[in-house]
Amino acid sequence: MDKIIELKNVSFVYDTQEEQKPALRNVSLDVRRGEFLAVIGHNGSGKSTLAKLLNAILLPTEGQVLVEGMDTADEDLVYEIRRRVGMVFQNPDNQIVATIVEDDVAFGPENLGVPPAEIRQRVDDALRAVGMYEFRGAEPHKLSGGQKQRVAVAGVIAMRTDCIIFDESTAMIDPKGRREVLETAKRLCREMGITVVMITHFMEEAVQADRVVVLDSGRVAAEGVPSEVFADSALLRRTGLELPFAAKLAGKIRTAGVPLPDGLLTPDSVADALFAAAQEAEVI
Amino acid sequence: MAELEVRSLTHRYGAKHMPQVTAVKDVSLRVQAGELLGVIGHTGSGKSTLIQHFNGLLTPTSGEVLLDGENIFRDKQATRAARFRVGLCFQYPEYQLFEETVYKDIAFGPRNMQLPQDEIDRRVRRAAQFVELPDALLEKSPFDLSGGEKRRAAIAGVLAMEPEILVLDEPTAGLDPKGRETILSLVADYRRQTGSTVILVSHSMEDIARLATKALVMNRGEVALYGTVDEVFSQGERLVAMGLDVPAVTRIFLSLRERGLPVRTDVYTLEQGAAEYLRLFGKGARA
Repeated sequence: MDKIIELKNVSFVYDTQEEQKPALRNVSLDVRRGEFLAVIGHNGSGKSTLAKLLNAILLPTEGQVLVEGMDTADEDLVYEIRRRVGMVFQNPDNQIVATIVEDDVAFGPENLGVPPAEIRQRVDDALRAVGMYEFRGAEPHKLSGGQKQRVAVAGVIAMRTDCIIFDESTAMIDPKGRREVLETAKRLCREMGITVVMITHFMEEAVQADRVVVLDSGRVAAEGVPSEVFADSALLRRTGLELPFAAKLAGKIRTAGVPLPDGLLTPDSVADALFAAAQEAEVI
Repeated sequence: MAELEVRSLTHRYGAKHMPQVTAVKDVSLRVQAGELLGVIGHTGSGKSTLIQHFNGLLTPTSGEVLLDGENIFRDKQATRAARFRVGLCFQYPEYQLFEETVYKDIAFGPRNMQLPQDEIDRRVRRAAQFVELPDALLEKSPFDLSGGEKRRAAIAGVLAMEPEILVLDEPTAGLDPKGRETILSLVADYRRQTGSTVILVSHSMEDIARLATKALVMNRGEVALYGTVDEVFSQGERLVAMGLDVPAVTRIFLSLRERGLPVRTDVYTLEQGAAEYLRLFGKGARA
């Protein structure tokens, strides 16, 4: 299996004047090339710290983070690492630097010293990939939250990164914007082979990933495909996480004696299963 | 306790001779004392602009806001009184913490109300207790608190004014499931214990379906739907047409109906959903 990022026994301690707060404790984890990985956990579980370790914004207190084999602690490699792993942050208003959408997307490749003609091409490609091409001449502050986040994503992919980290990038935007960002992330992963690491509070987003990692008190509490992870109700309770509503509905109906398959997590899969069960029982 | 009434309220942004945007257009509604009103709408639907009139923070271009029948824009005094009776908590209120200590921050509102010192102290401690901030945190700088604690400290600042109408603009945005639950249950407790009205702006249809007594749907600056939660969520198809989210349970039943199952689509809670589906099987009793 091809690993794009490897965490080896990583611990991270926030060193403040008053206290030493461990945020991650001995975490070992791989991000596989081309996968859509969701990282969930309650506030303070260490997931944002984890995100910032993946492209050398933070360096581990102990252990190693390797991006395509490069150690993030090696200062000479930071530039190379950031070219491969880009990050989209939480607040859509804090990460746009230019006054016109296309200038903002060009900012990254300009800094990489890409020739102007190629920058033009990359910017256009990137804006098309996130569905924002028609807004290329717009002023970013006039865009919705979801649109701003998609511009930020375009800025990352214009650098031709292999991996994008979404650090709670959907937390501050409305449901419509959230759907836009999630669909964009899924498309980039499926169609362009970009590895996506989605740090999120929303279980509805996590259930759509290929793989889920649950963090709790700085440790990996579980990892696996969504249908496995969300089947473990004791784990969810212990880590303060919730089943998506659709899954809860399926659970209730199953308990009442209607045979439904396991691992139903999304509204679509639950609707399919409920329809099939009704047909099976010939109630229509 | 106060009854809130809005009469033909219109709000336009933009200076004279400049292109103007009508953010709120001819809105009329009445909110009875003690209700928990959920407000739903897209970003840009006018909901945040609307609620900022409730305590006189924004002045309408035309129309009135009445508290117990009195126009809060009648004169300065009336507006000032409204500001204390209607507590407004913005989105991401923790960005507005500014004092040296959490105590002083929570005390800011009551101090502006020119209450006596011991009353201020009583209110600060009560509000802090309400949002479960331990005493030890009161002397800390607000900037040393965790994200969830900051949010609760900011809400305590509004509660300390003991408003008869508490207006919260997306109080759970950006919080994890546990944090969301904590905030929502303390808001519900405040309403239960004081009999105050709560107006809650939220993107979570599930939360509104579960907690609210009434729901208001704003669309393009106008009232699209206003009624009991039952009345509003029974219009699932209209909500979807407006591009709004509907509760996951409603979405599932809309889909089942589309495929020809004879189910109702006005269901929005888990219990209703399970019961309605099991009805097909004649299993009402077993559920």
